Amino acid sequence: MHVRSLAFAFALVAVLVACGGKQAPELPAPQEAPASTAAAPPQGPNADSAAAAERERAERERREREAALAGAVGTDLKAMIHFDYDQSDVRADDAANLDRKAAILGANPAVRLRISGHADERGSDEYNLALGMRRAAAAKRYLENKGVEGARIEVISYGEERPLATGTDESSYANNRRDEFDVTAGGTNLVAPQ
Amino acid sequence: MQRALPLMLLAALGVAPLAAQDPPPPQGGVRLVLKYDPGARPSLVVTPGSGLDSARAILRRDLDFSDRFETVILPEASGELTGKAGAFNYDLYRKLGAAYAVELADVGGRTQVRLHDLAAGKVAAQVEATFPPVTDPDFRMQVHRTSDEVVRWITGTPGIASTRFAFVAGGRVYVVDADGVNLRALTPEGATSLSPTWSPDGSRIAYTRLQEGRGPILLQPVAGGAATPVPGTTTGLNITPSFSPDGKLLAYSSSTEQGTNIQVANVAQNCCVQRLTVGRFADNLSPTFAPDGGRLAFVSTRSGPAQVYTMGADGTDAELFVPFDFGVTGPTNGPEWSPEGTMLAFHREVQGNPQVYVMDVSGRRVRQLTSSGRNEDPTWAPDGRHVAFVSDRSGRRQLWVIDIDTGRTRQLVTPGAARLPAWSRRLK
Repeated sequence: MHVRSLAFAFALVAVLVACGGKQAPELPAPQEAPASTAAAPPQGPNADSAAAAERERAERERREREAALAGAVGTDLKAMIHFDYDQSDVRADDAANLDRKAAILGANPAVRLRISGHADERGSDEYNLALGMRRAAAAKRYLENKGVEGARIEVISYGEERPLATGTDESSYANNRRDEFDVTAGGTNLVAPQ
Repeated sequence: MQRALPLMLLAALGVAPLAAQDPPPPQGGVRLVLKYDPGARPSLVVTPGSGLDSARAILRRDLDFSDRFETVILPEASGELTGKAGAFNYDLYRKLGAAYAVELADVGGRTQVRLHDLAAGKVAAQVEATFPPVTDPDFRMQVHRTSDEVVRWITGTPGIASTRFAFVAGGRVYVVDADGVNLRALTPEGATSLSPTWSPDGSRIAYTRLQEGRGPILLQPVAGGAATPVPGTTTGLNITPSFSPDGKLLAYSSSTEQGTNIQVANVAQNCCVQRLTVGRFADNLSPTFAPDGGRLAFVSTRSGPAQVYTMGADGTDAELFVPFDFGVTGPTNGPEWSPEGTMLAFHREVQGNPQVYVMDVSGRRVRQLTSSGRNEDPTWAPDGRHVAFVSDRSGRRQLWVIDIDTGRTRQLVTPGAARLPAWSRRLK
């Protein structure tokens, strides 16, 4: 019995760690630009080495700017939105967040999103799965109304199964009542909307 | 008629049964319902004897957990009570105040189980059983079946010892015997498994496995082996499965951006998905079949907060089931129809905490069973008078069992936090 409970406890801890400690999946780091532009071969046999170094430096700076921009765009794309207790309406203070996402999606037609809806632990466990789905669907509908093609967005709910905060206070609950946005395709070389 | 038997038995024994405290209105003839007061339950003793200690200990606990008897605890030095083989000492056991005595005796390798009616001074019933060796994995369940038979001898209704619970802990589905022994995990680590439910024959568990981007419902043989997906659940999020009483259909909810709706799939022929609710942007979930298979109860947000409705098994004729006051009554979830069909168990939020309720189906009167801490997700024992549920009253979520007739409550100890329990039928 003792051995079994220990094993059980370990299993439980492992799962809890896996769930509780789970971070939002990281956006794939912007990859190296394709070889053709990145390698930027010397322009001719007579190109002097100083000019080559200068071009290389300019190219590196351009890539760094791009990466920084993609990082900011990626951050905006991933920024969570939050909900009131047992509600699935998009809050007014999240409208700017979703408007920005819609613009980014417009400027990056290859990007596909997965929206996952989450609930705090207070409601019924199973009801919270349905509630999470409503929350994910609400964000998707908002983006669709802003012109984003629905087929680019999938929705899922994790109910109360993947809390970000494990406290039993209102601030933890408020953090957990959220939509997360994950880029499932086209997340490299994001460009900022005009 | 099954219920009338114990009344006659008790009357014959001169034990006056208490009047029913809250008799349901007659339906289809007179209905006798016994309500044992804890002080008036017939007393019972499991007699000591040589050998068979393991079986006797299991039997004693099973009979206690049936909540139908006052079990008499024997003093430490009770060797004198054993008596001589073949000469049962009725006088001695009557002096202990017992109405019944259960005797286990080894008769040439077989176990004879005898029920003694102490008032009448004779054997009321007996059966010969062959228990496997104590080390056999089936030993305990065999003894549990015998316990259930003893309960049937006395009350007319079998006990509930030969059953198991399924529940969720740390994202895995576990099964455990009704007495808390033989705990084992049924689903793999590293997944989020939810909402287990038993097939009526106890051979399979259906449950939701939450994965990246989807949630299929899987059928897992309890004896082991590969899980198979239920038709209609390989895409999207599918939750709250529940078998039809004949085990051929599985009702569940399919959750999409259009809403959460109840579907039925034929799991006997692995086909034929039929949608039962059409609630655009409303949630319909947690279906539970009436035992005749003709209707389902389910949760819906069609009028705002989650409440319990009922509909025909074809999805027609939907109506409110559990009464509520709009704007006053808290959200209501987790319905489960009792095995006899006369009651519905569910949980309802009261001042921020869920509490377990039962409703009598014919009169639609609700009764609150719990009040301390969070109490949720009730599931019926096959006897229709015990309900298991999740409670955090001990500090963390654990399974508890309440006898709704006497209010007697006990904790089923599980090593981790437990939730979403499902009680099996009696296991053959």
